[in-house]
Amino acid sequence: MTYLLLFWEFFQIGLFAVGGGMATIPFLFDLSARHPEWYSPEMLSDMIAISESTPGPIGINMASYVGNTVSGVLGGVVATLSLVLPSYITIIIIAKVLERFKESPLVTDLFRFIRPVALGMMAYAFWVVFEVSVISEGVILPVNAIAFVIFFALIYLLNKKVHPLAWIGLGALFGIFLL
Amino acid sequence: MTEPQKLTEPGSKASLPSLFISFFYIGLFTFGGGMAMLPMLQKEIVEKHRWCTEEDILDYFAVGQCTPGIIAVNTATFVGEKTRGLLGALFATLGVVFPSLIIITILSSILKAFSSNVYVSRAFSGIRVVVSALILNSLIKLLKSAKPDVFFFILMLVSFGLKVLFDISSVLIIIASIALGLLYFLINRKKEPRA
Repeated sequence: MTYLLLFWEFFQIGLFAVGGGMATIPFLFDLSARHPEWYSPEMLSDMIAISESTPGPIGINMASYVGNTVSGVLGGVVATLSLVLPSYITIIIIAKVLERFKESPLVTDLFRFIRPVALGMMAYAFWVVFEVSVISEGVILPVNAIAFVIFFALIYLLNKKVHPLAWIGLGALFGIFLL
Repeated sequence: MTEPQKLTEPGSKASLPSLFISFFYIGLFTFGGGMAMLPMLQKEIVEKHRWCTEEDILDYFAVGQCTPGIIAVNTATFVGEKTRGLLGALFATLGVVFPSLIIITILSSILKAFSSNVYVSRAFSGIRVVVSALILNSLIKLLKSAKPDVFFFILMLVSFGLKVLFDISSVLIIIASIALGLLYFLINRKKEPRA
């Protein structure tokens, strides 16, 4: 039963997450709200960190991780394959009509609307992690303030080309020694 | 132009196992996915195997970005389909997915064992701060590449607001945006048929 539910949830995510791996994250937060027994927003934030610092496309890592957390190894396989299935079908169809697809006015018009909304959803995902990690996590106010400052410094620094793995390592040290 | 004739022509002669192995390799060495994958693709698929041309890859990549799903996987499916049809697509797709599946399965069981450790849980509190910065950063990157106008920002803010204030499901919001796009298309084309 859980496998069937996982299949259905991840098939939907695969169908509606446009813009790559990070675009799946708002849907995964939705999922934790609908199935609180599966995982918490905090757990999801941790999974994002691990998916960023391991090889492989982040969206696939996330699906494997969530599926695994929900119902073991097979759960990971089911979630991952269900996520991939809709785009597999879509691409097979588009591959046959590539030229027409690129020039189609329908596609252009559709994406005028889908793209900003997909980014709006990502902004929401950011908001959830921000709330969990910066606003409500630090119990003592000064610690919270430090987290805040570090957060904004990081955004600035992230625009320089430093591997996300290095930042995650830094975050771990910050957590161990200061939080 | 003295292209060596012996090499495989673009778009031909990719065996199914070699598709799987190549994409397994790409999946294994892609960190973060998306754009990070492009240089690997160029090296493996274009230069080494010559399954398609540089322009092909960019086309597939562009389509992969604006169709649903993970960009890296979409590109793999596309290359597989173009070189060996349906089965090729299957082998390439499974290839790019496999490394993640294996690594995450092993890692998650190890981390589960350590999750009650104080230092591990503190480390993750710190890491979460970084994660929100990472998401914001990729949001800004995507925003820059979308070249947003006023309309874009309004739509983005409205959908963000709907989500935060009313907690409507993301699937519904995306479906609504598709419906709006369709409506816009129908009205637009009626007004000026054949641009």
